[in-house]
Amino acid sequence: MPRRWFRSWPVVLLVAAALAGCAPDGGGGVVSATLAKIRGRDKLVCGVEGKLPGFSFVGPDGSYSGLDVDVCKAVAAAVLGDPGKIEYRDLNSSERFAALASGEVDLLSRNTTFTLSRDAPGGNALSFGPTTFYDGQGMMVPAASGVRRLEDLAGKPICVESGTTTELNLADRMRERGVPYTPLKFQTSDQTYAAYLGKRCVAVTSDRSQLAAKRTSFPQPDDHVLLPVVMSKEPLTPASVNADPAWADAVRWTVYGLMQAEELGITQANVAAKQTEARANPGQADLRRFLGVEGDFGKQLGLPADFVVKAVSAVGNYGEIFERNVGAGSRLKLERGVNRLWTDGGLIYAPPFR
Amino acid sequence: MVGPGAPRVRTAPPWWRNRRVLPWLVQAAVGLVLLLLIAFLVGNLVRNLTAAGLLLSWRWLGQPAGFDIAESWLPFDASMPYWRGLAAGLVNTLRAVLLSLVGATLLGTATGMAAFSANALLRGLARAYVEVIRNIPLLLQLVFWYFVVFLSLPGGAAAIRLPGIALARSGLYLAGFGEGMRWLGPSLVNGVWQAPVHLSVEFGALLTGLVVYSGAYIAEVVRGGIAAVPSGQWEAASSLGMGWLATLRHVVLPQALRVIVPGLNTQYISIAKNSSLAVAVGYSDLYSVAETTLNQTGRAVEVILLLLAAYLGIDLLLSALMNGLNRLVQIRER
Repeated sequence: MPRRWFRSWPVVLLVAAALAGCAPDGGGGVVSATLAKIRGRDKLVCGVEGKLPGFSFVGPDGSYSGLDVDVCKAVAAAVLGDPGKIEYRDLNSSERFAALASGEVDLLSRNTTFTLSRDAPGGNALSFGPTTFYDGQGMMVPAASGVRRLEDLAGKPICVESGTTTELNLADRMRERGVPYTPLKFQTSDQTYAAYLGKRCVAVTSDRSQLAAKRTSFPQPDDHVLLPVVMSKEPLTPASVNADPAWADAVRWTVYGLMQAEELGITQANVAAKQTEARANPGQADLRRFLGVEGDFGKQLGLPADFVVKAVSAVGNYGEIFERNVGAGSRLKLERGVNRLWTDGGLIYAPPFR
Repeated sequence: MVGPGAPRVRTAPPWWRNRRVLPWLVQAAVGLVLLLLIAFLVGNLVRNLTAAGLLLSWRWLGQPAGFDIAESWLPFDASMPYWRGLAAGLVNTLRAVLLSLVGATLLGTATGMAAFSANALLRGLARAYVEVIRNIPLLLQLVFWYFVVFLSLPGGAAAIRLPGIALARSGLYLAGFGEGMRWLGPSLVNGVWQAPVHLSVEFGALLTGLVVYSGAYIAEVVRGGIAAVPSGQWEAASSLGMGWLATLRHVVLPQALRVIVPGLNTQYISIAKNSSLAVAVGYSDLYSVAETTLNQTGRAVEVILLLLAAYLGIDLLLSALMNGLNRLVQIRER
């Protein structure tokens, strides 16, 4: 009578639920579990996009480069003293939060938009660091298509990556305007742009920086134009989990250190000299604290005293990172725009190191 | 050993050697281990979710989804709740699965029968098809159908046109009854094809991929079933003057079905499961909608539970139907 067994399943489950209290407890404590884990394995596991020129891209020699990658390197240098001690994980937009939440990656530095629902404990429960790139959503179309405004896309298919804020903004902007459209959703950016280049979609939408970056790898980059519309705010921000605030702080202040270094005129080339200068000169209290010559800022974060020096010598200050990867020194040639320092009228602003 | 003349003492064996008790003991022991394992897993889940403040909650299902779905038989827009989106995805999945079942069965049966044809070319083709298709991963095949075959179709005004039909890069457009029950053919409005019946290329690529892939497996099941029928049956039929097709139809296939149906069951279940690869070709099936939902709500455990339940439900239903069919074709022993 095997059927009897089947009927008793709900009972089995109920008893199982009742016994739930017997399972052993999970970890957790006052000090950062993530920092201990990273030191234990002597390697930072960093989640990146992996296919986005300028942000994170694998070169012909298999090495990663880009703005997002440099954030990983700065953090690895600050924690472990070596920007090479990183294991990169390529994550698509659907995998990224699960990978972070499950502890598969320590840090997500992957052109991810900072939003309320991703930050909130009742949502994705992430902890965002300082925004490393202020972006906005754009729309790219073939120059020959004659599309000049969003309204021209009425009834047409638009390619978008699934699981992104882009997907929701597209729905909102089109609904506002009362423009019907067909969203074609793909799991990875490669599939999305392949469908666009295969002319399945009349337009592709994403962050403007991503569109510009992807365009550089098109066969004929000049045949595609970005519409002048900015459809949303997209502050791209590195993230870690809410569950480990000490680790989130370590990431946050390492990135702030890169920004503060630019403000103080400290570069990859002169950081060592600046540190020597600060050591010799007890009067430069601000600089001495910032570079870890005096005070215990590093210790408060669970990092070495000179974590800023290590980060800046690894990748340079924020301005250098920007210019090298996405700015004038790169193929993307993006303007600094709102990503200038606050002293130049931009939004990049580090709170005081005090 | 008890001799025929010895007195029969009716003493019950001790309980640990009792044939009636032993199986129950084993079952109870296995059941207890299973129970403890489940208790551990469920307990761990509940404990960690509570610690993370993420205890199971289903209220998000009623909140507006905020995303759109490209094609849906259930009316859906961004202002409707998540459960409507998931339902639309489920309907899209069922549509793809059912059509693939039919297509793969037809293709597989024809190919399986062709393996016994007297025509060497036909036999060779059937063999080559099965060998090539079975040895290439399905994901690769789907990507091939979509990006290489379907996206190479001409677009816009260059679309392939037949009376009442237009085949463009955006899909297949068929004539049908439009608004006000008027017969409408496909028409090109502002560079976009419109018709009462529209099947997207994403759907087309998924359907083609699943039919061709599962067709090869079903062909082998059918071939095996036919091969299991003793050759005497073929000879007897041909001595009665029956042709190849008539022999297959009236003599061999009815007997072969007994072997084929259980194998088909497995293939049908595979089709249902493989349909979740739709996300690779941009078709909005249940998995694709669930993935978007998971990302927007952050309710990973709930969404995955729903997904598991949905696919399990589809597969159990298919299995039940096939088991019913199996009972019909089995030999009734008298």
